[in-house]
Amino acid sequence: MNLVLLFTMIIASIAFVAIVMLVTRWISPRTFNRQKGEAYECGIPTQGSTWIHFKAGYYLFAILFLMFDIEAVFLFPWSTIVQELGIKALVGVLFFLSFLILGLAYAWRKKALEWK
Amino acid sequence: MTDFNTIIEAIDSSLNSMMPHSAAVLVECILAAVCAIGAYLVFAIIMIYMERKVCAAFQCRVGPDRVGKWGILQVFSDVFKMLIKEIIDIKNSDRILYNLAPFLVVMSSLITFSCLPFARGLQVLDFNIGIFFIMAASSFGILGILLAGWSSNNKFSMIGAIRSGGQMISYELSMGLSILTLVVLSGSMQISELVEDQTRGWFIFRGHIPAVIAFIMYIISGNAETNRAPFDLPEAESELTAGFHTEYSGMGFGLFYVAEFMNMFIIAGIASTIFLGGWAPFYISGLDGFNEAMCWIPGIVWFLGKTFFVIWLLMWIRWTFPRLRIDQVLVLEWKYMVPIGLLNLLIMTICVVMGWTF
Repeated sequence: MNLVLLFTMIIASIAFVAIVMLVTRWISPRTFNRQKGEAYECGIPTQGSTWIHFKAGYYLFAILFLMFDIEAVFLFPWSTIVQELGIKALVGVLFFLSFLILGLAYAWRKKALEWK
Repeated sequence: MTDFNTIIEAIDSSLNSMMPHSAAVLVECILAAVCAIGAYLVFAIIMIYMERKVCAAFQCRVGPDRVGKWGILQVFSDVFKMLIKEIIDIKNSDRILYNLAPFLVVMSSLITFSCLPFARGLQVLDFNIGIFFIMAASSFGILGILLAGWSSNNKFSMIGAIRSGGQMISYELSMGLSILTLVVLSGSMQISELVEDQTRGWFIFRGHIPAVIAFIMYIISGNAETNRAPFDLPEAESELTAGFHTEYSGMGFGLFYVAEFMNMFIIAGIASTIFLGGWAPFYISGLDGFNEAMCWIPGIVWFLGKTFFVIWLLMWIRWTFPRLRIDQVLVLEWKYMVPIGLLNLLIMTICVVMGWTF
């Protein structure tokens, strides 16, 4: 039943957006003007395309995020049985987290966390 | 405490007696979807009105007060105005992705919204991996924001979207860590079980110090996830006009706006669910008369009261602090929040293993 409801919600959200967009396209006025189609960059004519090689300093953060996000995926099942495992859970996760913190310390040391 | 499960079962059995099973399921699904979307829109309208009034109060203004009594019809008139605004198709945009982006953003926030427990049984989706599912569904929205920025073919949108992506994926970590801390305490990920567990004490009190640290971390990262000041770099209006939704006009913009407000509602709703007890009333062990009296207040009032308290907290933060720089944002996350979060998780594990919780 839950999966059916999830599927329903996905369909419902798509339908909701589609209906809103269709209604607004239907009742809103439409006039053509060549200037309207330009990208809005504060009135200055657009120079070239935006889809160029882009220096994004974010990719290092994205890689680090992947590492830590996978860690969260591993930790979630562990977190539900901490109370059953007791001290074993603590020792196990201590090892796991120490490796992670080592990784974070390495990235910190290599100045990957600095914004350039 | 009213139990909505009985009402839902009554509807279910009466529908099943009227029509074949498959048709009953279909009708129920439509009912659930209509209720969820209706609640979504009602809360969006309440939130927009509240934001404007709270903002006005913080800036010693009156806020909207012309349309209707105390300006309560202002939001409706704004929505209607937005509905009759022209949809402009940008010349050099990537049409398919440009039109796809609002779908993704609204889908993610609507699915997350339907996971919130408004009262006992009043919840559309209740998975056994509940809180993990919420995180997965809410991170889906980043994709929509990135697409919106990329497909507009506008430098401002592009920079806004990339900033937003970097910020949101970073802050998801500390949000995940603070939620993990609470899951360690409760031992369950199902939302209904989490709340049921809190009828004998809210987690923020039972988990004492680590839970309070996790709550503060959650509020900070929730603020960053919803792109609100002091983390509103993706749409910093003085630098990037409007960030990723610069090129959207009319209702395209309206949908992003609604989704953003509802993301704030969802963040506050999850905070009230896992930290402040959801629909569970205030409970002090030993004071039976007091607990009995608290149980007279309906669960939905408790839930909405806590949620709007957290929303008010978020708005207070938003209208008080100036905007951070992008390097400050990322340094705060990676050099402070992640190590503190990991340490906090360890402290919570020690507390749970040693039995130092209430």
